[in-house]
Amino acid sequence: MRRFLINQAKGLVDHSRRQHHKSPSFLSPQSRPLASLVSLSRFFSSTSEMSASDSTSSLPVTLDSINPKVLKCEYAVRGEIVNIAQKLQEDLKANKDAYPFDEIIYCNIGNPQSLGQLPIRFFREVLALCDHASLLDESETHGLFSIDSIDRAWKILDQIPGRATGAYSHSQGIKGLRDVIAAGIEARDGFPADPNDIFLTDGASPAVHMMMQLLLSSEKDGILCPIPQYPLYSASIALHGGSLVPYYLDEATGWGLEISDLKKQLEEARSKGIAVRALVVINPGNPTGQVLAEENQRDIVNFCKQEGLVLLADEVYQENVYVPDKKFHSFKKVARSLGYGEKDISLVSFQSVSKGYYGECGKRGGYMEVTGFTSDVREQIYKMASVNLCSNISGQILASLVMSPPKPGDDSYDSYMAERDGILSSMAKRAKTLEDALNSLEGVTCNRAEGAMYLFPRISLPQKAIEAAEAEKTAPDAFYCKRLLNATGVVVVPGSGFGQVPGTWHFRCTILPQEDKIPAIVNRLTEFHKSFMDEFRN
Amino acid sequence: MEMSLKALDYESLNENVKNCQYAVRGELYLRASELQKEGKKIIFTNVGNPHALGQKPLTFPRQVVALCQAPFLLDDPNIGMIFPADAIARAKHYLSLTSGGLGAYSDSRGLPGVRKEVAEFIERRDGYPSDPELIFLTDGASKGVMQILNCVIRSQKDGILVPVPQYPLYSATISLLGGTLVPYYLEESENWGLDVNNLRQSVAQARSQGITVRAMVIINPGNPTGQCLSEANLREILRFCCDERLVLLGDEVYQQNIYQDERPFISSKKVLMDMRAPISKEVQLISFHTVSKGYWGECGQRGGYFEMTNIPPRTVEEIYKVASIALSPNVSAQIFMGLMVSPPKPGDISHDQFVRESKGILESLRRRARMMTDGFNSCKNVVCNFTEGAMYSFPQIKLPSKAIEAAKQAGKVPDVFYCLKLLEATGISTVPGSGFGQKEGVFHLRTTILPAEEEMPEIMDSFKKFNDEFMSQYGDNFGYSRM
Repeated sequence: MRRFLINQAKGLVDHSRRQHHKSPSFLSPQSRPLASLVSLSRFFSSTSEMSASDSTSSLPVTLDSINPKVLKCEYAVRGEIVNIAQKLQEDLKANKDAYPFDEIIYCNIGNPQSLGQLPIRFFREVLALCDHASLLDESETHGLFSIDSIDRAWKILDQIPGRATGAYSHSQGIKGLRDVIAAGIEARDGFPADPNDIFLTDGASPAVHMMMQLLLSSEKDGILCPIPQYPLYSASIALHGGSLVPYYLDEATGWGLEISDLKKQLEEARSKGIAVRALVVINPGNPTGQVLAEENQRDIVNFCKQEGLVLLADEVYQENVYVPDKKFHSFKKVARSLGYGEKDISLVSFQSVSKGYYGECGKRGGYMEVTGFTSDVREQIYKMASVNLCSNISGQILASLVMSPPKPGDDSYDSYMAERDGILSSMAKRAKTLEDALNSLEGVTCNRAEGAMYLFPRISLPQKAIEAAEAEKTAPDAFYCKRLLNATGVVVVPGSGFGQVPGTWHFRCTILPQEDKIPAIVNRLTEFHKSFMDEFRN
Repeated sequence: MEMSLKALDYESLNENVKNCQYAVRGELYLRASELQKEGKKIIFTNVGNPHALGQKPLTFPRQVVALCQAPFLLDDPNIGMIFPADAIARAKHYLSLTSGGLGAYSDSRGLPGVRKEVAEFIERRDGYPSDPELIFLTDGASKGVMQILNCVIRSQKDGILVPVPQYPLYSATISLLGGTLVPYYLEESENWGLDVNNLRQSVAQARSQGITVRAMVIINPGNPTGQCLSEANLREILRFCCDERLVLLGDEVYQQNIYQDERPFISSKKVLMDMRAPISKEVQLISFHTVSKGYWGECGQRGGYFEMTNIPPRTVEEIYKVASIALSPNVSAQIFMGLMVSPPKPGDISHDQFVRESKGILESLRRRARMMTDGFNSCKNVVCNFTEGAMYSFPQIKLPSKAIEAAKQAGKVPDVFYCLKLLEATGISTVPGSGFGQKEGVFHLRTTILPAEEEMPEIMDSFKKFNDEFMSQYGDNFGYSRM
């Protein structure tokens, strides 16, 4: 049995070896499902007994017989390197002295509160009161909670039938909360928003899935995606059986988006018989961090209008802008400013409670605002939303708070602003510090993080390093990242997880460790890189 | 040509989306919502949503989660005045299991500490060990069902055995994923019993049409039917799945809702383990549970889990991979799940209150199950099996031919016609049986047993009055009498 499995595993390794120099599978939709190297390492270390059913059998849920779309999709943010890190972390507990570092620092995922960022107090006060409404009847509550949080909790509870925060709500989310969100969108953009266009979801990701489900009927349906991209897009396109049509962001011009390149990719896809249905734009960008210039946004909107594409605008980092020369403008605002209304352009905007200065990843709150489509299509979206009944109520409440935070004059306003500004200015500072550190490394260039939460440096790997990677049957950037992890305890994600121009190597690192940890990270990274280059320099 | 159609034009939408139906929030519900906006009093009995009908949340879990939401409260010296010590301790416990509180993504499978508590609960319940690594927490059980079906369904050629009547999550999801639903009929006259011969017949028929049957769904206790499967029945089903190489999907979300004593809940996993090797090591089983039902009724939290039995490690990894794309289930709900599987113990400060609240809810549900069943059965043209478990009543309404004709004229399926009239006359919002599946020419409606106990008699009277009038209007010429 074991020999059979080892031979199977060898087959996978040989296959993946042939594959790894090509672009990742999400960029070549015709490629065969590839069992990632992730499975391999976990497989050999697995302690659970292999049942007979893993051999060639007709059992429904074996690797040979599960949905190939599941096998095909990949998600590097929580992939192989994270598993290695977790094992190291376990081992570190027992063998502190065996490593040149005393903790693992997870810079692979935009998860601020796991790295010490505190939640916004006002938001949590309101959520706690809504969770346990009988607190509002206790006199002691007034000593423990701010006045405006109590007020807001009452307001919110009044909008929930029976004040029942434990009940399934309307499948688009509680109406009163959608009203608040729509008002928040209007205040932000200067153009009206309709609460009926809003679908509250468990984070922005399920909303993206819903749109992919709606748009993709087969591999003949394509979605234009930026490369590099946040791999939710490639994964969900694969899961829903569509084709990813890549357009490359230009690293040399700060990850700029050229309409001519969009057009080229669109036409090429069409010539291959692919019906391109939508364009994904992530603004501010992930992993690239660029904030689009308004003019660029206008060109994109016009392009979508001309080509009949749905514009899928991932705007979850709208509150994360760190440079004075750039500003966030929502695509809806840009479209409306151009005079495009409901009948002119189909636009879906995604927002989340996970990012910004609030960083509430674990709450799973978010929404999509869907405009420019007919009511029969809206009914279909509603129907899809209704199969899952509704998103979690606490997350819905938080989404409404994020879109209508304390205002001047509110009791909590000053402390809220202090918290918010503190977090954002610290992020800007950390982004700059890390960017400078990376740029000082030999063979490394790093565009500035204008927004979002990441740096995406490019490393010129010497040929020796590339060969060493090959010998270990690993992609060169993954090889670098693993070495980095083992030397410093810092976890980053190889660029191949996001897509990159073939032959270039990157990694994505978050800017989220607390300020006091940054110097140590910079030192360790600098030391590691020097010794890596010493080892592999041509 | 494609170019002239915009991407989100109705014609160019994914057909699977257009084909899927989910009646629980379909036509009747939408009409009820319209009427409510116009000012009519509506009693929503279309969905198992206890808190929406006045059931209060249990106090202890809400205290714990509120403290987890606002951990700065734990530092306040006065906190002991409004929160009991065990709630404070438990909040600290759960916060220590997270890596950054409620606001940080957890492990994509859920917090390891909570999964351990779930495993311990399963072990206590069944008497067999449970591995936390094979337990994944999800944003509600529905998400878990969708994830698993997504693994199993490769194409339209893949069939999933689903009971009829069924909870339409299954039909909708199979439709969305482009698979084929293979129905097996439950026997209404045998208390919605499951006959293995029906199963065999369904499978044979499907295979003759070129369908590969890959999985079987059981809902135990049943939804909408409420029946609790016997141990013997479960053994038959497991044997059947073994012989036919099917993965068994055990929807056990109503395991706390049992209203008779002859057939207590017994989990599919326990029965499988009791059957011993080789079958206990062969049958692939996925079991689902939730915080939405039972006596907790915390639907809005979106908390659930599934446990995998005999699933190969590499498959588990693929399921993990897909789970990781969604990053993590919401952390508040994970804490609710932890609290549900490890509630206050005897001796804990909050224990008595917890038991009082839980018992109160369960005993009332039992009474309401009886009231509703009896109320329906007192109508001449209505036959209603007793609600042995879950939260629903699924009476069969015998519709006279004049009514069926009138429905046809109105362009409606007969039970939809009946339910719309019921809604307009009484404000009672139900779900027509056609939303769950039923035998040809047989009509039902599903209502919940959740309206407040004090309101039950009035609701049943309201129904009877409407039914009398309906039967008078559409009944046979020799008149309708309830006698």
